Amino acid sequence: MSTEQFDLDAGWRLHPQASVRPERFGALLYHFGTRRLTFLTSPILLAVVTALVDEPSARAACAKSGVSEAELGKYQSALARLAMSDMICERS
Amino acid sequence: MVALPLAERFESGLAAPICLTWELTYACNLACVHCLSSSGRRDPGELSTAECLALIDEFERMRVFYVNIGGGEPTVRPDFWKILDYAVDHHVGVKFSTNGIKITRQAADRLADSDYVDVQVSLDGATESVNDAIRGAGSYRTAVRAMDNLAAAGVTGFKVSVVVTRHNIGELDDFKGIADRYGAQLRLTRLRPSGRGADVWSELHPTADQQHVLYEWLRGHGEQVLTGDSFFHLAGFGESLPGLNLCGAGRVVCLVDPVGDVYACPFTIHENFLAGNVRADGGFATVWRDSELFARLRGPQAGGTCRSCSAFDSCRGGCMAAKFFTGLPLDGPDPECVRGMSTPDFAGAPKPSADHSHRRAPVPVTIGFHGPPDRACAESPLAGWAPSGD
Repeated sequence: MSTEQFDLDAGWRLHPQASVRPERFGALLYHFGTRRLTFLTSPILLAVVTALVDEPSARAACAKSGVSEAELGKYQSALARLAMSDMICERS
Repeated sequence: MVALPLAERFESGLAAPICLTWELTYACNLACVHCLSSSGRRDPGELSTAECLALIDEFERMRVFYVNIGGGEPTVRPDFWKILDYAVDHHVGVKFSTNGIKITRQAADRLADSDYVDVQVSLDGATESVNDAIRGAGSYRTAVRAMDNLAAAGVTGFKVSVVVTRHNIGELDDFKGIADRYGAQLRLTRLRPSGRGADVWSELHPTADQQHVLYEWLRGHGEQVLTGDSFFHLAGFGESLPGLNLCGAGRVVCLVDPVGDVYACPFTIHENFLAGNVRADGGFATVWRDSELFARLRGPQAGGTCRSCSAFDSCRGGCMAAKFFTGLPLDGPDPECVRGMSTPDFAGAPKPSADHSHRRAPVPVTIGFHGPPDRACAESPLAGWAPSGD
């Protein structure tokens, strides 16, 4: 999934097999199915990922977490990478 | 998003370990010459079943994603499967190392049903003669039978875990062939002079030329072959290998031994690296967060004589345990420094704090290479991680 293909207007959530652990630099994310570890390198990105499940769209989760319009592209690509590695998935 | 390299963020420590090794028992059916934990006999003080389950509860609370279970031979504990099931039920993934002794077809079927358990079968020779000289007579066949059972049960992606020595380094392609044949993944780790490994390290660790062969071979295979990040000292040859490339002791890694002692890493079973015990007030979490030893390891490291070396940024001076048990200063070069900057001093080297070796068969120190025995625990920090930035 390229950054552009990541649908900011869809509803997303943490993958049911993924687990998040907050850390000083952001968070660690582990996927029990793929056994992959990944890093959220900013507390804001952690806030976005945490907010996904309660917000109607990824765009709303970003707004709620204080991501400005100018920064949205950067967060879209971070979310695209997380979707690509199955750490987050679309809500059905 | 932030330019700071991951390794530097990890150096100051984490809320919980990424890779926690838990040696369940010092009991082992084998007596490998290079056993990191000098295993053989069960320690009468080992954690009870109830204490093990309580420790898993604590791991769950700390969100330790998974534990590397080893020993000794962990499967010889009668409550091994109970502990395994409890961990999985409590969202703590398990990777366990075994010499294969209890991996019957029935056990393999059970493992095939679990998505949260990984198995590592230890094998230190691609041929029976090379393997059994290190791990003991019959151990090759035991491992092969276990791998046959796993494959027959449909367990794919299990690990074939090899400690690289002077004698098996010519078999790297053969090891890869064995793993491929089983649909398994090869995992190579470094021989450490820890436990009984201290007695045989001089004769078994790869020669300088072999280190270079290994480096090239690992570079050629990239992320297909796991290394548990154990060869970062080879970065001195040029490029870093995949992985975090840092000593994770007390920062991202630690060891809980069978009696609940917490050490900085699986290779440092010595009082100098003992951070505390899980039986103390506050349990494991307090040891991880507050131990003075871990605070020191998470602080800035001097780098000593390595500072002036052009490779320091990539190899970071190498492995703390390897230095310690070869009598080298901890802020100097690794005993296998690829720039040839170190001279191990075995006369001054500290001895492991405890020896659980079988009494009946004192391990021959004259490992001409025909010695009996064996080993069991191939635990290594960052086993299997393929970290990727977000």
